[in-house]
Amino acid sequence: MQDDPVMRVIAKVLIPSVMLFALYVQFHGDYGPGGGFQAGVIFAAAFILNATIFGLNRGRHAWPARANLLAICLGVLLYGGTGVATMLLGENFLNYNALSDDPIAGQHLGILLVELGVGITVAAVMVSLFFTFAGRLTHIRLMRKTDTAEPDTAQQEGLGNE
Amino acid sequence: MSEHLPVLQVIVPLLAAPFVAFLRGREVAWWLTLVITGVTFAMSLALYAHVQDTGETLIYQMGGWAAPLGIVYVIDAASALVLPIVSGIGFIVTLAARYLVGAEIDGRDHPLFYTAWLLTIAGMLGQITTGDAFNIFVFLEISSLSAYALVAMGAGRDRRALPAAFNYLILGTVGATFYVIGLGLLYMLTGTLNLADLSVRLAEVEATRAVYTAMAFIALGLFLKMALFPLHFWLVPAYSFAPSAVSALMAATATKVSVYVLVRLLFGVFGVSFFGVDSGVGLVLLTLGITGAFVGTLAAIVETDLKKLFAQSSIAQLGYMAIGIGLFTPAGLAAAFIHLFNHALMKGALFLAIGTIAAQAGRASMTTIEGAGRQIPMTMTAILFGGLALIGVPLTAGFISKLYLIRALLESDFWLLAALTFMSSALALAYVWKIIEAAWLKPRPEDAPTLHETPMMWIPAWLLVIATLGFGILASPLIEGATAAALVFFGGAS
Repeated sequence: MQDDPVMRVIAKVLIPSVMLFALYVQFHGDYGPGGGFQAGVIFAAAFILNATIFGLNRGRHAWPARANLLAICLGVLLYGGTGVATMLLGENFLNYNALSDDPIAGQHLGILLVELGVGITVAAVMVSLFFTFAGRLTHIRLMRKTDTAEPDTAQQEGLGNE
Repeated sequence: MSEHLPVLQVIVPLLAAPFVAFLRGREVAWWLTLVITGVTFAMSLALYAHVQDTGETLIYQMGGWAAPLGIVYVIDAASALVLPIVSGIGFIVTLAARYLVGAEIDGRDHPLFYTAWLLTIAGMLGQITTGDAFNIFVFLEISSLSAYALVAMGAGRDRRALPAAFNYLILGTVGATFYVIGLGLLYMLTGTLNLADLSVRLAEVEATRAVYTAMAFIALGLFLKMALFPLHFWLVPAYSFAPSAVSALMAATATKVSVYVLVRLLFGVFGVSFFGVDSGVGLVLLTLGITGAFVGTLAAIVETDLKKLFAQSSIAQLGYMAIGIGLFTPAGLAAAFIHLFNHALMKGALFLAIGTIAAQAGRASMTTIEGAGRQIPMTMTAILFGGLALIGVPLTAGFISKLYLIRALLESDFWLLAALTFMSSALALAYVWKIIEAAWLKPRPEDAPTLHETPMMWIPAWLLVIATLGFGILASPLIEGATAAALVFFGGAS
């Protein structure tokens, strides 16, 4: 689709604004509707749009698989780490009051960190789901070519006939 | 730190999982997993000892929010009994995984394999610990989703692992969905998800059709998860095509946790007085339990693949647990807990021993083990003892299970059911004998592949065999623990 100038221009305008909106949903989640999950999905949508318009390879280049695994784990660890930090500060797991002298400030900081963790992991998982399924396409085409050679293997995988 | 043990029990394996995903090389991932499961096991034992000594119920408030608004983790006599089973089996199977996973899984996949492994264990421990009905669902999904991935990893050796994992995924998801639908109805009626609070509020709500519908959805979903006959079709392929280490972990723990959750919901939320055997669920459990016991045993007798054989026998053994629960008496529930514990030990031992054979020969079938009794004596003897325990031979833990189950049945005047239970356990002799005959009485065929064993391969299985024999001879600590666990749900009414 990258040959279509309308698509290309619209995508280029949309992608940064989608990302910005995701950040708004993420950080305004304390006060209004929103939060980590929604923000993560919106953020990932920007990358998915990029990959659908400019092709899988460029999409992968923008978000390498290794960074993806790192992001998935980092988000979980940020969430859990906040809990462990409150525990080390002498309160129960995930009791954000411990994070600051003022309990209200502590609650704010805690939920911000936890939601950020959620956002990072959700965005990374969404992107990796997309690349995993989209990546199957080349694999399936490859399998079709070898179909004539080994019809059995293709049949077993349920990719045999259209 | 000791006051944080209820939550550390779950978050240590949960947060270790993302670290393991980053490790390079097979050895490091295994070592870290072993240490983590060991620490988890030690924490479970500490919690069990604490609850057993003081008799108090530990309640941990997540984030400092008290129930019913916040999520609490509850360690009472029942959860304290089931925790060490899961974490202990997890530790011993991880010990065996060094060989099993090394032989069956591509080295590059090891870190991710152990990540899923730790997540499964964390999910199961979470289901046991939490006192919140929706939290149970979340942990159910954590453990199940990673279990699907683990089963699918058997595809490196046998492509049939993929359809097996897919079927397991579909049926497991249906089960979890049913559970949530039931939970949604309960939440609509009572406005709470806390287990203790639910039981109080449900007593106020009239026994309306909505409550019974909720109960039916929850029970059915969990029947699917625990593979109660006739909802067991996912179990046999999933156990037999999964990597051997995964078969051992799941056969010994996964269904047991669902049995525990069923007990938590039926007894802990709906309560014994809310409905009894007469209103249906008990009768359903008894009927399906005894039918499952016969169907599983008979299917095991005609099976020639060892993993499938013992998977079928798991259906039968889960039937016995269902019978114990279906009695709705303290004695019956105690018998179910005893069997849950003992069955985890023997199935763990059996699947670990069979796993070492399958890892070498590709599959462990009757022909693979023909005459193998002399070639791999330690492994085959472990299978022999595991089999004897399944039948319920005296001096094994299986005997204690059957004794208490039949005694509980007689106490409730179910004479026919007691006789049928005895018969179906005796039938198990047929498939165990088939293995003895193949392994010791037949000569090893000339063209059979050479099997070998090293101490590293049979020690984990033997640890569980020794435990099976130990709890068969010195059963009193277990019986006390199980009775205390059952009384949690009967409020000391007996």
